[in-house]
Formats: sequence, structure tokens, C-alpha cells
Amino acid sequence: MGHEITVTVNGKIYAGSVEPRLLLSQYLRDELNLTGTHVGCDTTSCGACSVLLNGRAVKSCNVLAVMADGSEVTTVEGLASGGEYHPIQRAFRDEHGLQCGFCTPGMMITAVDILSNNPQPTESEIRTGLRGNLCRCTGYHNIVKAVQSAAAELAS
Amino acid sequence: MHPFEYVAPTSVEGAVKVLGEHGERARPIAGGTDVLVQLRGGRYELDAIVDVKNIPELMQIRNDSDGLEFGAAVACYQLYEDPGISAEYPGIIDAASLIGGIQIQSRAGLGGNLCNAAPSADGIGPLIVYKAVAKITGPNGSREVAVEDFCTAPGRTVLQRGELVVSISVPKPPKGFGAAYERFIPRNEMDIAVAGVASSVQLDSSGHTFEASRIALASVGPTPILCGYEPGSSGYDDPLAGKSVSEDSIAAAGKLARGSASPINDMRGTIEQRRHLVDVLTRRTIGLAVERARAAL
Repeated sequence: MGHEITVTVNGKIYAGSVEPRLLLSQYLRDELNLTGTHVGCDTTSCGACSVLLNGRAVKSCNVLAVMADGSEVTTVEGLASGGEYHPIQRAFRDEHGLQCGFCTPGMMITAVDILSNNPQPTESEIRTGLRGNLCRCTGYHNIVKAVQSAAAELAS
Repeated sequence: MHPFEYVAPTSVEGAVKVLGEHGERARPIAGGTDVLVQLRGGRYELDAIVDVKNIPELMQIRNDSDGLEFGAAVACYQLYEDPGISAEYPGIIDAASLIGGIQIQSRAGLGGNLCNAAPSADGIGPLIVYKAVAKITGPNGSREVAVEDFCTAPGRTVLQRGELVVSISVPKPPKGFGAAYERFIPRNEMDIAVAGVASSVQLDSSGHTFEASRIALASVGPTPILCGYEPGSSGYDDPLAGKSVSEDSIAAAGKLARGSASPINDMRGTIEQRRHLVDVLTRRTIGLAVERARAAL
């Protein structure tokens, strides 16, 4: 049986009927065509599918779409605004915070959550905050540098 | 995934009714971080998922002079982002801030951690050493179960058909109380404990004598273990009461905890390693609990 849900994704309101077992990650990718949210492990380990749900990072492969009814979701597609990259996106580019790019959307979304709670994190706090995100290229060093760089830019 | 019905009741009674109708074929979910993974992994099938995050009693937090009571669906971050709770219940915060990563902590909470009843649960031992009680409502009314009596086997609990944990109640720690939780994992984060130990101590006013203590072990038995206690019994053999705070007494408690563990060999660790870890982690967590207790004198 379908459930009617209304979700605001990247500022745009979507309403529709979803099956209860549809995951938020599937809803975003398959129904809304927002394929920037990557699905890596599908077992809630890798963090590639992270999105902001009411401002907090969650793993969208671990949330039912129906549970997001009435919520606000931000995916990687929603980070840039007015044709300008978000500071975290610029920082990932400038600091070479990505290699294959698969983990990048989840890393950036999680970084946005970290910086919204703690605008000036230490390196250790950044690494702790990103512990739910795996980079299969093992490019963690530049990812941490990118978050530091974005923090500095946001502070200035 | 096997298709299931999604129900989001707004009252405890509504949830109890659906859970009672479906029995084992329904489960409550709060964060869903365990149940959804288990469902998708084919561990079991459900006919109904009961989302309890719309029930006010399961989302409330009360922290006052009687103690801390939080709804069973309260997420980890709601505890550790509260400065009062963080300051007064650091042993619980130790666990709430290390379960999963921040994405999991956004959804998952200690109520779900308890009901999932994993032998390795990080959140259960700390609740035990704070003498927390689970408040349960079911078709036949409400009851309270001490957290050390809650888990009966891996993934199994005392909950009967239709019963729901509504909240977890933690008595206000007296002056001179301190607690801590630590676990061992081969990486720095995002892993399941090879062994975990929560300890609490109650010191006398001088800060040099133990008046009472609790040591709870994770990942070294089919359920969390409270040292010196047989589940369901009324007796409790306190490992440290009456002893002076010293390296010797703490070392003896480590040995005792080591002996209370009944670990298995598996891919995460061996029996011998786990016993050793229990000894080390017991001494460490008692040390930290003493530090915290003295700061609260």
C-alpha cells in the first residue's frame, strides 16, 4: 500500500506516493533522479549516501522514504546556490579532496554537518566527525585538509 | 525486502495495539539503524514496522533533581548535545558519542540499542552501571525492568507480545559517584567492540574508600554481564564496596571482572584476548570513574 509523502528536497517540494519499503536513498536517486547521492555499501557502513535530514547528516540507505515525510532533505545537488559552489565544494576541489569521487558527496554532506555544529574543528574533531564515511581511495589526508580549508573560509 | 506495512502511531496505546496484533511479525523502530539493516540482510521478515518517533512519550527528555528520563526513541545526539546531561551522566555520554558515526547518532538512540539486545551493545553497560530502569507498556499495563535484567539472549529481551519500551529512567547520581565506558576495537572508530567495560563507583566523602560499585561487560557473553550478579536474583556481590581506592583493589576488580566474562572465539577476537581486555578495560574505567567521582565530591 502506498503512503502519500511530502518532502522538501534542496528547497523544492515533492509530493507523491511511496511504498513503505522504499529507502530514502532509492527515493532520491530513482524517483527524483538526484543521483549525486551515491550508494556504496548498502549496509550503512560507508556513508556515501549521506544527506542532511532536517539539517543533520544521516545515511539515506538507512532511512525509509516514508519516515522523511514532512522533512527537509539536502543532497549534494543542493549545496551550490546561485551558480556558486558551496565553500566545502570549492575546498574539496582546491585541496584535491577527491580521487575517484565516489565517496565525495557523502564526505561533503557530513563535513557540512560537522562545520554547522563546530565551525572551527580541530583535525582530530574532523577525523572523528568523518568516521562514518569511507574513502576507498584512502584519500583521507586531503579530505581533512579540505574541511579545514572550508572552515577557514567560512570563518573569514 | 519482504513488503511490510508502515504504521506511525501517535500514542503508546496505538503502538501497543499494532505490536500486539502482529507479535513477532512487527517491530518498533526509532532510528531504524539496526532493524533496517537486519531486514535488508534477510535476518528476518516483518509484516509491519511501527515507527515510534511520533509518540511524544518516546521523544521526551526530562533531566531534574530526581534523575534523567529519556524516551526510548530519543537519538544519541540529543543526549550528548545537552550540556546538563553531558556534565551529569558522562558514563552514558561515553557510549552515546561513540555508537556508529554522527549519521547514526542523528537517528539511533540508547532505547533502540537496548531493545536490539546485541551482546556487543555499547549503550547497555553504561545504563546498567547507572542503575537505569526500562519503563515498559504493553497490553496488560506498565512495568519496570532493571536494565541488567532486560536482555535474555543475543537479540532477545524480556519484552512480551505487544510490549514497548517507552522510556529509560536513570536515578540522579549522588555526590561522589562516577562512571565511565570504554571499549576495544582494532580500528579507531565505527566498529563492533571486541570487549567493552562500563564501571561506576560511589566514593565516601573522603574520596578514598569505595562505598559501592558496578562493573558491566559487553561483547564477552550472550548478554551484557553485571559482575557479581545473577540475572533475576536479588543478591548482588559488590566487587569494591568497603575497599580503599588503591591500585591493589582496582587490580583485584580487574581480575574478578576477567573471571565474570564468558567470551567466545570469533572473527573479532579470541577468548584469551577478550579476557585480557576485560581486565585492562575494567582497571581503566574504574580509574576514570574514580577521577570523575572525586571531581563530583
